Amino acid sequence: MPTYRPGPVSLILAVLVALFLLLPLLAVIPVSLTPSRMLAMPSGELSLRHYRALYEDPRWIDAILLSIRIGVVSSAISTMLALCFSLGIWMFQPRFTAALVGFVLLPMVVPPVVSAITLYFLLTSISGMSSFFGYDTWLGVAMAHSVMTVPFATVLILVSLSQLDRRIDLAARGLGASVWERATRIIMPNIKFGIVTAALLSFVLSWEEIGVTLFITSVNAITLPRLMWMGLRDNIDPAIAALSVILIIITVLVLAVRSIVTRQRGAH
Amino acid sequence: MRGTLSDRTGAALLMAPLLLFLILAYAWPFLGVVKWSFTLPTPGLGQYGALATDPLVQSVFIRTLRIALIVTLVSVTAAYAITVVWVRGSPVQRVLAEFCILVPFWISVLTRAFGWVALLSNRGLINTWLQSIGFISEPLALVRNEFGVIIGMTHFLIPFAVFPLASAMRSLDERVLLAARGLGSSRMRTFWTVFVPMTRSGIIGSAMIVFVFSLGFFVTPAILGGGRSVMIAELIYLRIFQSPDWGLGAAISVVLVIFVGALMALLFRYVKPKQLV
Repeated sequence: MPTYRPGPVSLILAVLVALFLLLPLLAVIPVSLTPSRMLAMPSGELSLRHYRALYEDPRWIDAILLSIRIGVVSSAISTMLALCFSLGIWMFQPRFTAALVGFVLLPMVVPPVVSAITLYFLLTSISGMSSFFGYDTWLGVAMAHSVMTVPFATVLILVSLSQLDRRIDLAARGLGASVWERATRIIMPNIKFGIVTAALLSFVLSWEEIGVTLFITSVNAITLPRLMWMGLRDNIDPAIAALSVILIIITVLVLAVRSIVTRQRGAH
Repeated sequence: MRGTLSDRTGAALLMAPLLLFLILAYAWPFLGVVKWSFTLPTPGLGQYGALATDPLVQSVFIRTLRIALIVTLVSVTAAYAITVVWVRGSPVQRVLAEFCILVPFWISVLTRAFGWVALLSNRGLINTWLQSIGFISEPLALVRNEFGVIIGMTHFLIPFAVFPLASAMRSLDERVLLAARGLGSSRMRTFWTVFVPMTRSGIIGSAMIVFVFSLGFFVTPAILGGGRSVMIAELIYLRIFQSPDWGLGAAISVVLVIFVGALMALLFRYVKPKQLV
């Protein structure tokens, strides 16, 4: 417990920063309740028409379903690849570990717009050969999202592996367990929280990915962020405010559950 | 325990899928982008020459650097203020600060940019309120200009600036602070002459991360700048899809990667990667 506490000046400054951080999230609530068809503050009466528009307009439903499908597939791909890679690093500690991990983390470090043009190059090259995989296809988007999320999944799994006691693996090995048995029956059950977190984070990152998605889709593979982007660029649609309120509520709920779960895990 | 043949085969088999995937889907196409920068529209160094001489490209580079510097300064200062409370506050203060840092962190960049549009636009919360109390008669231009871009980017980057600072503040030996206070130093003086210098590595790390992020930032400037305050990343997007001038877009990307790579190399000379999280 820190004995050196922040003074009144620090507290006032911190409150100002906290307000700045929360203000734009709170601002979308009144806008989402406006009866007007344009972006405006409600003057007098409130309306839920923009929430209704979300489930009556098939474009929003289609975009949500597509984003879920892409999120699930890309999260599965990136978690599988990250898990195998991390197990290889942890169990065998190859000579060039730092360089290998550094290479895998590149898509996380390189400016997103450079990754975007790179994946645009890749998918337009593939498009010439195939019509269901490549530029502006859902499979192409899922693969591009896997590239972008795999470094995050790898970091999370490597962190949970680094907290694992090596001796249990050495014991299994001494007793004659094969690599496959060690991985699936000893190591993976011990890091399952990390694996689940990696899969969840990959899904969330794919679900809200926009920088790369803008470059690799045009009319067919319209994900939810892409549809929001279109609504924000042209004339601002208050349905985005309603959607934002729902997304903010979901985020707050998930974070609350997560902090309760971590606290309980910490208590054991 | 390394070295037997089956071990090495096992490692290779486990690591190969991801490495192959990233080579085929990321490293190889990046080389393709580099090739574009030398071959489109005509082979040669023409695009790099254009980068050095084209006044439009140069003004975008200068604007990007200026915005990145301002955003870095403001974000790190603001992050410092809230991190002090997150790391050293009372238990209630710490929970509240954590909530204010993590909730925006997890909310998508589009939602956050939209929140600022709702606040700052002509018919948004701030202008409506200022007009209703009679403070202004015409709405202020708060968005679709550089001011809006800086506000939105600062908001996005504060949580990223927090983590290296928090790590530096957590590892600080607080007996030094108590000693300074015990020897009669005022609260302010202890903060400026002991606390801040001892968190220097966190400040450097935090500033570098925010600066590097600002250089490649796309979504927030595009929405809150409204096409009037174009930064490098949006320029690349426009060159690819509107002009189409793929060679120039590719050349700008290559320069951006080299610049960011040099900055990262500089960063790791002063700060160890482990100190950043």
